[in-house]
Amino acid sequence: MFTSTIFASILPEILILTLGIILLIVEPFWKAEARRNVGWLVAGGLFLSMIISLLLGQPGEPVSVLGGMIRFDWLGFFFKMLFMFAAAITALLMMDHEKAGQRGEAYLLLLASLLGMNLMAVSADLVMLYLSIETASIPLYLLAGFIISDERSTEAGFKYLLFGILASTIMLYGFSLIFGFAGTTNIYSLSEMFAAGKIALPFFFGLLALLIVGLGFKISAVPFHFWAPDVYQGAPTPIAGYLSTVSKAAGFAVIVRLFFVAFSFGDNLALLQSWTWTLAVLAAITMTAGNLLALNQTNIKRLLAYSSIGHAGYALIGVVAFSQLGAASVVFYLAAYIATNLLAFGVVMAFSRVTGLEELEDYSGLSRRNPLMGLMMLAAFLSLAGMPPFGGFVAKVFVFAAGVQANYTWLVIVGILNSIIGVYYYLNVLKFVYLRRMQNEDEDKHPVALTRPYAIALIILALAVILVGTVFAPWFSWSDAAALNLFRF
Amino acid sequence: MNFPILSVITFLPFAAGMLMLAMPATRKNEVRAVALATAVIDLILSAWVYLQYWLGDMSGYQFIEQYRWLPALGISLKFGVDGMSAPLVLLTGIVMFTGVLISWGDDDPHVMAGIQDRPREFFAFLFLLAGGVFGVFVSLDLFMLFFFYEIAVFPMYLLIAIWGWAKTREYAAMKLTLYLFIGSVVALVGALVMYWTQYQNTGILSFDMIQMESAGFSSAFQYAWFLPVFFGFAVLGGIWPFHNWSPDGHVAAPTAVSMFHAGVLMKLGAFAALRVGIMLLPEGAKQWSWLVMTFAAIAVVYGAYIAFVQTDLKYMIGFSSVSHMGLVVLGVSTLNHNGLVGAGVQMFSHGVMTALFFAITGMIYDRAHTRMIPELGGVAKVMPFATIGFIIGGLVSMGMPGFSGFVAEFPIFMGVWGRQWLVAVVASISIVITAAYIMLAIRKVFFSDMPEKLVGHISPITALDKVAISTLCFFMIVIGIFPAVMVPMIEKGVENVLRLLGGA
Repeated sequence: MFTSTIFASILPEILILTLGIILLIVEPFWKAEARRNVGWLVAGGLFLSMIISLLLGQPGEPVSVLGGMIRFDWLGFFFKMLFMFAAAITALLMMDHEKAGQRGEAYLLLLASLLGMNLMAVSADLVMLYLSIETASIPLYLLAGFIISDERSTEAGFKYLLFGILASTIMLYGFSLIFGFAGTTNIYSLSEMFAAGKIALPFFFGLLALLIVGLGFKISAVPFHFWAPDVYQGAPTPIAGYLSTVSKAAGFAVIVRLFFVAFSFGDNLALLQSWTWTLAVLAAITMTAGNLLALNQTNIKRLLAYSSIGHAGYALIGVVAFSQLGAASVVFYLAAYIATNLLAFGVVMAFSRVTGLEELEDYSGLSRRNPLMGLMMLAAFLSLAGMPPFGGFVAKVFVFAAGVQANYTWLVIVGILNSIIGVYYYLNVLKFVYLRRMQNEDEDKHPVALTRPYAIALIILALAVILVGTVFAPWFSWSDAAALNLFRF
Repeated sequence: MNFPILSVITFLPFAAGMLMLAMPATRKNEVRAVALATAVIDLILSAWVYLQYWLGDMSGYQFIEQYRWLPALGISLKFGVDGMSAPLVLLTGIVMFTGVLISWGDDDPHVMAGIQDRPREFFAFLFLLAGGVFGVFVSLDLFMLFFFYEIAVFPMYLLIAIWGWAKTREYAAMKLTLYLFIGSVVALVGALVMYWTQYQNTGILSFDMIQMESAGFSSAFQYAWFLPVFFGFAVLGGIWPFHNWSPDGHVAAPTAVSMFHAGVLMKLGAFAALRVGIMLLPEGAKQWSWLVMTFAAIAVVYGAYIAFVQTDLKYMIGFSSVSHMGLVVLGVSTLNHNGLVGAGVQMFSHGVMTALFFAITGMIYDRAHTRMIPELGGVAKVMPFATIGFIIGGLVSMGMPGFSGFVAEFPIFMGVWGRQWLVAVVASISIVITAAYIMLAIRKVFFSDMPEKLVGHISPITALDKVAISTLCFFMIVIGIFPAVMVPMIEKGVENVLRLLGGA
């Protein structure tokens, strides 16, 4: 039976699919010069879909629909909105990409991947989960290697493909073990099976290792991060931005749901702590490695890649905390992080479109060449560094608060040491933007113009970063509502 | 009257900063006008708050405003001032006003004083800083206190790195930011631990500091967490041995930023250390006061001695700030009435005095292009007004009766004597050293013969500079002659601190 709840639960996906079909129909009729306008169509369509979903598709009490394949709750819904927002911005940022922005395929692949991400956020069944992960990943392999004339891009595509496939097969093996053990693939039924305590600790550790390989790859946690810097550097910049934000957040959506629901283990503290401690160590290593490696980077995209590895570590603290606040803080962190990192990548994209340059030194004098872009850069990097009034500060405090509450003070201290390292290299970038000058001090002759899609995207993002950082109550209560769904089901 | 005056004071600089950033970069004078107007409004409002508090019964927290910001976690935007913070709010208003005047600048290519390069961004960042400082002084919510504290810290990096002294600015700016950031995050961990412990003890989920006063932290807890919280904040107060960032930062910063930095920002550290460290963890404060007192006494003497041997005028003042802020912490560490009152007055007095010093040093440097004391001389003939200002500042610095410095330092030493006479004796050496370096500097810089190189290069100061100097001098003299305009108010604030300390 197809009820209105079922309809509402997959409304965003229906809309995305419709948008894709419209794109396929319309695009061939447009002249080659006008193909770029597909970006307006996709971005506008996605924003419209968000509005429609917010009006008609809000979840009520959490329910499993479509044969238990999909969970219709706030957690999934909030993530979906985040993903659609980020994808719309990515579409805007793609428009003036010389090689990717003129081709309808790129936008279609983006939508296909978005569809997969959305389903990842709501999957309540391991089979569904695996399928949606693949749906999300395969278009991204293509997008990363989209510029076939560019060796780096091709390399990025291949690297991502090889690493991705390997990681996902290992994870699939983990899923099959779970099925073999529990006889069910439904995450919510698993919860009861595991809570009954019928699982041996060593076996669970093995299982955990397999799952962490797959999911760690998605969120680029150390030691599964090797692909990230090369792929971010080689892939078209908007795609790199998308990879580092939406793809990572989708990974977290899965982690949060899978671990909080399936591995809550009732009262069995030993089993519970086996994974929280594993993830705590993973988080500590990820943060530290990401931030330390970022220190020496001279290429801005590689720097952002390592910094995004570090941020995965911070967000993991919330998962480790395994509390309602922990889950809420992860969701909040990701919301702030998506806006911030997209802003950073957006400025990088806009800059390299005009200048073709990506080294830190090339940013010398940017604040004189384009003061607005200088300010955007400032907002993005200070937010990444965790400074108020930008989103990064509040997000970090919430995650740390969750960590302290759960008695992981040592992990919070590691996080704090890392954010000190972060401050150093983020400010270092701003030093080039604001302090250093171009070689002949003739910035006036080298303006960096923003085209309209960039201007719109960057202003929306900058406002989002500041709004999340100052008026944080609404975002937090949504994150909190999402988190609540994990504990009362 | 329910006019939200504290929020207006706090958020006006942010709004003005945004407005300035939206203005075209070429309209330099319009930008400056907006900055000045904002500063004047903020000064008037903060003076109004001060006067209202002083004229009223001076009890407890007043002008309280509370907005629920994130009820789920007990975060609210709660503002209010008491006898300790009201003078500091006024101080911030004064420094903001004079800082803008000093930075107005002079387009004359022979002078090129003030901020000529991108004044729009300069004032916007400066006001971001100012808004953050106001926010810390009026916040009664621990979360918001951190929020504003961080806002006050990071613009310093940009202000120093972009407009600072070319030779050391990159190094000094990064050093300063890292020191302060490390301090603040260490304190943040402590604050989060306090927050959850309160929740465990009382079941109240709240960052409200007044609430936290009765959170029932155990003695062991207070002993353990007092140090990170107090010293985390005290880093910004320039406490020895974490003072290293401060003179470097002072020297590298442009004039107005030095004024803000030494005049207000360092008070932020001392104030937050008092408000969070001592008032929320009084048992810990009692336990560790000997350590704080030792560090502070070292800072007082050591800072004065290092200042004495400096040849760079700005470094001299920078280290004198370390010494004087040491006196503030020394006063705080006594945990008795006299010491705390002295510390409160000293925060205000030193803020005004050091802002004046940096302003005048900046004026001299802009004209002479050197700050080395041996290379300067005879400035008094061209800049008589500034000379008088510097001398008044010097007298305050030495703690002469009749000036605010005396009102501050005398009770501090009395308080220290009450706790440990030996420390008082050692610390009082600094008074002699201070007198020595101040008078030597005045003699050489202002009254000796002007070196050939400088003759004809030094132009008189502008009218705006004179306004700034007179404003600063006015407050130092008024408080010196009529201590009653400030001391009773601070005594009320101190009563509250002593109440938490259990009347110790």
